[in-house]
Amino acid sequence: MAATQTTNGPRKRVTAMLLLPTTLWFLLLLVMPLVVITVYSLGERAPAGGYQPALTLAQYANLPARLKAFTNTLTLAPLGTLICLLIAYPLAYFLALKASRRTKAFLLTLVIVPFWTSFLIRTYAWIYILGGRGIPRLLEMIGIEDLRLINTPTAVLIGIVYGYLPLMVFPIYVSLEKLDKSLLEASNDLGANPIRTFFQVTLPLSAPGLITGSLLVFILLMGEYLIPALLGGGKVFFVGNALVDLFLQSRNWPFGSAVALTLVGIMLVAITLYLSLLGRQRRHQDVSIL
Amino acid sequence: MSKNDDNAPISAEQFMKELRRYQKGSISRRHFLGVTGLGAATAVMASAMPMLAGAGRAQAATIGDRVSIATWPNYYDPANFEQFTKDTGAAVQVSVFGSNEEMLAKLQAGGTGWDVFVPTNYTISTYVELDLIQPLDLSRLPNFNEKYYIKRFIEPGTVNGKVYAVPKNWGTTGFVLNRKKVTSNPTTWKEFWDLCKTDAKNRVMVHDYQLTTIGNALKYFGYSFNSVDPKELADAEKLLLDVKPHLFAINSDYQPSMRSGDAWMSVAWTGDGLQLHRDIPEIDYVLGKEGGELWSDFYAIPKEAPRVDAAYAFINFLIDPEVNAKEVHAHGYPVPDNRTTALLPKEMTENPIMYPAQELLNALEFGAAVTLTDPLRAEIMARFKAA
Repeated sequence: MAATQTTNGPRKRVTAMLLLPTTLWFLLLLVMPLVVITVYSLGERAPAGGYQPALTLAQYANLPARLKAFTNTLTLAPLGTLICLLIAYPLAYFLALKASRRTKAFLLTLVIVPFWTSFLIRTYAWIYILGGRGIPRLLEMIGIEDLRLINTPTAVLIGIVYGYLPLMVFPIYVSLEKLDKSLLEASNDLGANPIRTFFQVTLPLSAPGLITGSLLVFILLMGEYLIPALLGGGKVFFVGNALVDLFLQSRNWPFGSAVALTLVGIMLVAITLYLSLLGRQRRHQDVSIL
Repeated sequence: MSKNDDNAPISAEQFMKELRRYQKGSISRRHFLGVTGLGAATAVMASAMPMLAGAGRAQAATIGDRVSIATWPNYYDPANFEQFTKDTGAAVQVSVFGSNEEMLAKLQAGGTGWDVFVPTNYTISTYVELDLIQPLDLSRLPNFNEKYYIKRFIEPGTVNGKVYAVPKNWGTTGFVLNRKKVTSNPTTWKEFWDLCKTDAKNRVMVHDYQLTTIGNALKYFGYSFNSVDPKELADAEKLLLDVKPHLFAINSDYQPSMRSGDAWMSVAWTGDGLQLHRDIPEIDYVLGKEGGELWSDFYAIPKEAPRVDAAYAFINFLIDPEVNAKEVHAHGYPVPDNRTTALLPKEMTENPIMYPAQELLNALEFGAAVTLTDPLRAEIMARFKAA
């Protein structure tokens, strides 16, 4: 570890040089923008739009005007994460523990294949699948009439699960893959039935992948913009959409900054809560998340 | 793989052999690119990434290898853009926008890379005030000649005696409706908004654009399209929030949904009305009797335009009457240039969608500059969308 090398000058310098790019990246692209939007969030909208200096909390007082965007995000993002998890886990389980070598390679390729096409184009495809000439037309044939899918929360949810599923599958797959199979045999030998083995051995041991996958999907979903914009028809609004609107249409940078900071705050709280809840449950295990 | 087969990809050994010959100078660069297939590959890549087009092509013209334009959906003839590239070597990059506010926001943020943009009449004075647009050197636009243009559509391009923009098209903002689906015969904005909640429930689209969406909601109450009066705007907001749950979508690109039959009615501009009616006759274009918007769009050059020479060449090319007439054929918006109109066929110049009856036109208003920057209109539109 670096701490043991304190007497070693050149090594220290090498460490510093190796860390320099990351530090610069961190300062320039994370800390500085955060400072800028914090300052902006305390300002006022300039007459023609943009920012003009001021010191006011008026922007934060106006936050309830975007309540619906926050509630949409805070219901659909966790829900999307949960559905992804429920679909991804059995798939990852099958891939890691049940599939033969060849099926595994084939199925893993299938999970990756969608990434070969731009996410934008794949989401556009859903506009047609969910539109009047797509699934609703098929359902009409079996007598379900006048069903509208596109531009509804359901459409957004379908798009979310479709788009984010691979991000959930891979971390879970990796943690299940690494799982020591002799532990399952041991559990069996000691008299546990398969269900008990799953809940007491497999599930806890795959928890790191599960947590990584959920956080990955949840964090990205909280900032999602594209799927609600395309499949929600401008009607199912996420905070991301409200932000784009505030910066690129109404040009209210201070209010946009306040909304953005609030979103960051909510995410930090949500993630801290999630991790501490899990931490309490898994106190006796020494499996770290990262 | 046969060596004589022209379509077969070159083998690795053959490629190396050709490369050596090229390095030794025994074959020309052109022969090398041709025989290895790299030439074709570069040409394909170049159409996507103009900087790959190579020095040879860019040197042929003095305007550079590309020109970037910010415009509106369904508002140009791709064949014309291809022609320009063929003539000058400059590839045309197009960005499409849904509202003037969006264009303004991008220009305010800076770094757009646009050489030409297409602002609407009421925005130009604000661009001048904010120093985001450059005055035009008309000597570099020989195809522009004031005397051929309709005066009222040319005027907004001049601010403080300086010409900042030359006219592209003019048109109206009404609504399209699918007569097979909507059997009543709405002729007013009042009927339009009422249908959102009744016969056309879940099937109506409005623009993602404060000017037309709020403006036409104001017409429901008989207020001015341009009102910034807080009380009148409050009424408009109430109406918008009231219909929002029953709308199909809020989007300025409404053609795809109208064509697929998902949407039955939408706030619409002249050319989209014409394009839809041309392909699907039951889709009609209607101007609200109470009035609404009359507008003219312009070609202009942003202050920060990186390729000013290309911008002038491109604008001058597009306002050439022959080229402009092809544009009109493609998009169906009338032009304020009489030379171009003279080249149009009768079925266009007598088309009531392009040239509505005078009494309908009389009720229309030009958008007012104040609506672009009014904070309340901006916030109401944002609230309506976030609701």
